[in-house]
Amino acid sequence: MENGRLRRTMLFVPGNNPGMIADAHIYGSDAVMFDLEDSVTLAEKDAARMLVYNALKTIDYGDIEIVVRVNPLSTEFGRDDIFAMVHAGCPVIRMPKTETAQDVIDTEKCIEEAEREAGVEIGKTKILTAIESALGIVNAYAIATASPRIIGIALGAEDYCANLKTTRSAEGTELFYARSAIVVAARAAGVDALDTVYSNVNDTEGLIAQTKLIKQLGFDGKSIINPRQIAPIHGVFAPSETDIEKALKIIGAAKEAAERGSGVASLNGKMVDKPVIMRAERVITLAKAMNLIKEEV
Amino acid sequence: MKLVRNGVAGTLESGDIMIEIRPSEKQGINVELQSTVANLFGKQIKQVITETAEQCGLENVDIIANDKGSLDCTIRARVTTAALRGSDEKFKW
Repeated sequence: MENGRLRRTMLFVPGNNPGMIADAHIYGSDAVMFDLEDSVTLAEKDAARMLVYNALKTIDYGDIEIVVRVNPLSTEFGRDDIFAMVHAGCPVIRMPKTETAQDVIDTEKCIEEAEREAGVEIGKTKILTAIESALGIVNAYAIATASPRIIGIALGAEDYCANLKTTRSAEGTELFYARSAIVVAARAAGVDALDTVYSNVNDTEGLIAQTKLIKQLGFDGKSIINPRQIAPIHGVFAPSETDIEKALKIIGAAKEAAERGSGVASLNGKMVDKPVIMRAERVITLAKAMNLIKEEV
Repeated sequence: MKLVRNGVAGTLESGDIMIEIRPSEKQGINVELQSTVANLFGKQIKQVITETAEQCGLENVDIIANDKGSLDCTIRARVTTAALRGSDEKFKW
């Protein structure tokens, strides 16, 4: 929830598909991510870049967060992708296959150069990194703190599992360490933690089970590949009526204590301190996002 | 932008437009359009194609367009990509 934004769902949209680019924001995901990388063939990289560039300059996507996954700077496409997206006013660049802090520093340098050329305020373009290898996981904290532009770190499980010489399982046993490492690094750095995609769009039960797991681990949300995955994930992240009631009481008790000039509040005989208040505030934010309570609360 | 070969971009999928640009003996920008929405938007689509080709600096070209209900931003993207593919120049963002 870095920058006060919810990132429960980030919908992947292939960058060379005009129909999907035009419609992607209507389904209600928290973010849309236009992809110039793996979903675009080498022969169509130029066409996808030009299409997303024109779409961003023209289509009003409203309040939804727009992210573009560019090709790595180590390829012949990366630099052009970054320049095009910065010129188009893209708010967040997603770096694929991030392995070291230096990868982030190199990308930041390129973004800054593009911002100067385009007359965009320096630092305005944010970075989301995707970690997709064992080396990236080992360096997760260094990556998450390599630039003040970073808003989150995400796990890319397919490449990670290939690199680990294992395969993906329904239970996700092989991802326990990587997921925990990403959440801990993200929290230590004060940025968001985003989970990998759930590839089987027909298995809603599996998606819900996996979302419950990553929510419990501490993740802010998941990347998704189909609009059908939005409602089940938002459902898992929705606070219960009891949670909301309790959170409202905690916020009320904290307000009362602050008005009395006391730094410590109590509710039903239990101390209400800062972490309890922060959790309550997150419950309220989620509840507001899902219209479970009114905005003015 | 100088066209040195034919340039093609786009697909025939819904919401897209396929553009082919060829150097021409004829003067000006000559657009030949097929569209699923030609009756309603044919004039506007031709106008966007022509304007984009002019912005690319193209002169004396034939443009063959097959539209499947594309938005203006898609038309601009596909015309520009086709022009770049037909030239040896780089786009200035």
